[in-house]
Amino acid sequence: MSEITIREALKIALNEAMEKDEKVFIMGEDIGEYGGAYAVTDGFLKKFGPKRIKDTPISEQAFVGAGIGAAVGGLRPVIELMSISFSLVAFDQIVNMAGNIRYMSGGQISVPMVIRAPTGAGVQLAATHSQSFETWLAEVPGIKVVCPSNSYDALGLMRSAINDNNPVIFAEPALLYGSKSNVPDEYFEVNLGDANVMKEGDDITIVSYGYGSKVLSDSAKKLEAIGVKPELIDLRSLNPIDYQTIIQSIQKTNRLVLVDTARKTGGIMAEISANINEKAGEWLDGPIVRVGSKDVPWPYNKSLEQEVLTDSNNILETIKISYGI
Amino acid sequence: MTSKQKIEKNKLSDDKYSKKSIKNLNSSNKKSLSTNEHLELFRKMYLIRQFENACGQNYANGNIRGFLHLYSGQEATGVGALSSLNDSDYIVTHYRDHGHALARGLDVNRSMAELFGKKTGLSKGKGGSMHLFDASKKFMGGHAIVGGQLPLAAGLALSQQYDNKDGITICFFGDGSTNQGIYHETLNLAAVWNLPILFFLENNMYGMGSSIERVRAGGLDFFPAMNTYEIPSMEVDGMDVLAVREATELAREKILKEKRPFFIESKTFRFVGHSYADGQKYRNQDEVIKWEQKDPIIIYPKKLIDMKITTNDEINDIKLEVDNVISDAVKFANESEEPSLNEIFDDIIAE
Ligand SMILES: Cc1ncc(C[n+]2csc(CCOP(=O)(O)OP(=O)(O)O)c2C)c(N)n1
Ligand SMILES: [Mg+2]
Repeated sequence: MSEITIREALKIALNEAMEKDEKVFIMGEDIGEYGGAYAVTDGFLKKFGPKRIKDTPISEQAFVGAGIGAAVGGLRPVIELMSISFSLVAFDQIVNMAGNIRYMSGGQISVPMVIRAPTGAGVQLAATHSQSFETWLAEVPGIKVVCPSNSYDALGLMRSAINDNNPVIFAEPALLYGSKSNVPDEYFEVNLGDANVMKEGDDITIVSYGYGSKVLSDSAKKLEAIGVKPELIDLRSLNPIDYQTIIQSIQKTNRLVLVDTARKTGGIMAEISANINEKAGEWLDGPIVRVGSKDVPWPYNKSLEQEVLTDSNNILETIKISYGI
Repeated sequence: MTSKQKIEKNKLSDDKYSKKSIKNLNSSNKKSLSTNEHLELFRKMYLIRQFENACGQNYANGNIRGFLHLYSGQEATGVGALSSLNDSDYIVTHYRDHGHALARGLDVNRSMAELFGKKTGLSKGKGGSMHLFDASKKFMGGHAIVGGQLPLAAGLALSQQYDNKDGITICFFGDGSTNQGIYHETLNLAAVWNLPILFFLENNMYGMGSSIERVRAGGLDFFPAMNTYEIPSMEVDGMDVLAVREATELAREKILKEKRPFFIESKTFRFVGHSYADGQKYRNQDEVIKWEQKDPIIIYPKKLIDMKITTNDEINDIKLEVDNVISDAVKFANESEEPSLNEIFDDIIAE
């Protein structure tokens, strides 16, 4: 067991995959000579050489598309986007090409590819660099979407993502690269699509993912201080969504709070809310409650940004008002 | 070097490759074809034309739905280009893909069945006319977002380079896609990475109803702009199947030898509307009639007969045989089963 950062966990997973399988290669803007915008691939160029650590031009459409083509041609590319906000530039390739090509070809083609991208707000990068488009991408049937909140998940999910034969969007919370937690020394994987019950409790189920899961941990302490025992669920995967774990939890707690650090409107939590309502509404004693960041373009100013971003107080307030606790 | 000189250099100094006419071709020593090869080229072009005619009829009677883009008029380009590739080469194209599919030798029955949306179709009825695939023949689609197929092809070429494979990737696209950002991004990427890719522009002068004159800065020729990317390029008469074949053969050799991309601009014309629903208000019928004088289905066999490479009877035999193949394909498609509704959720996620 050792305590490592999420950045280190990602490095371990990538390094291991590169060593194990010649077909794995990494490409993206400034991942080689520069070492990566968030330093995840720092040192890789020296170790693996330019054939397998490919610096790309600033051409998201072209290199994401080329990654898809390389995957179709039998390689296993790991593509880094500097920000998930930049995925918009490559959306056509991700959605129309990676997401649809298998279906349109009647299953003849698969796209074993990982797209890594930092996501989320909180580091004062303003509107164009702070969004969380993993929620949009989670709507596409042909691609998987995951997002770790700790080092164990970062390592285990990345191993599974690289081994998976489908396009996987791997969203990395920008605020958490330096966040530390324990990882066992033995090899393990985290199955894509399995949520994690972070903390057991009987009173109320609170669900989030990514940076939101960190916020949950903070709010749990505050809730416990007023005598409420929450059960915390980290989704880990936005597509597929582990409804079974959520439903099992609400069968015990009969209350559901959905927390998103992305903007509230049109996010993944709206989808989960609707689905739980349809699938297991009879288990609920009160309304499903959503907490999300405010529906504005992300502001630069620190206090404005913090005001927009979901925090543990927002969760506490919402629970108090909605459930009269 | 001035940019003009550079263009000339990239254009492959031998101008004979730019505009080779059928008449001169037999005098070309190394490229002279056998009678069978000539007849096979004709057969493929005629097969495509008749396939497209059958598609038109079956669209009119409701067997084929969605968008239908016919290749009629461009046969010499697709057949010429694909006849000079081999099994190790990938093919990527756009939605006007029937011609490329048949030129590559995809099963005629299964191609037609795909258009009919049947279970026996190449993609089990899930792709339709614009999305033909046969991975076993390295035919990687059929793509319907204008320009979207370009980086896919670059990636396939990257896999060939990465694995040190012998083949190239050919990517077909239309003049309309050259105003997409992705076109310029992919040319640049392929050039800086020295990918074994043949960019193959089918310049039929129109993107849907927009003539290139109205939507493109820089004139009617596209190949000179390749100077910017340092990609060698050439222009070819796209109505001349032998010229296209030879140009492609040469390009393939150069790509493998020089280990870098190549660009061919084939000047061609579609005789029919953009899609089945097109009334062609945007162009004058005189222009269409002028291009029809170059119809390879008529001109090429005539030349072959004139040059005593074949006879009228042989040509007629081929036509008869192909007509039967097409009516069999329509029959096959018609009689094939609809996909089962249980298949809706299949083919989304790979194991
Ligand atoms: C991104 C995108 N924009 C618009 C369209 C609609 N559209 C389909 S084909 C086409 C014309 C393309 O012309 P060109 O590339 O010259 O090919 P051609 O049809 O002449 O073979 C248009 C506008 C589309 N499919 N995708
Ligand atoms: Mg065109």
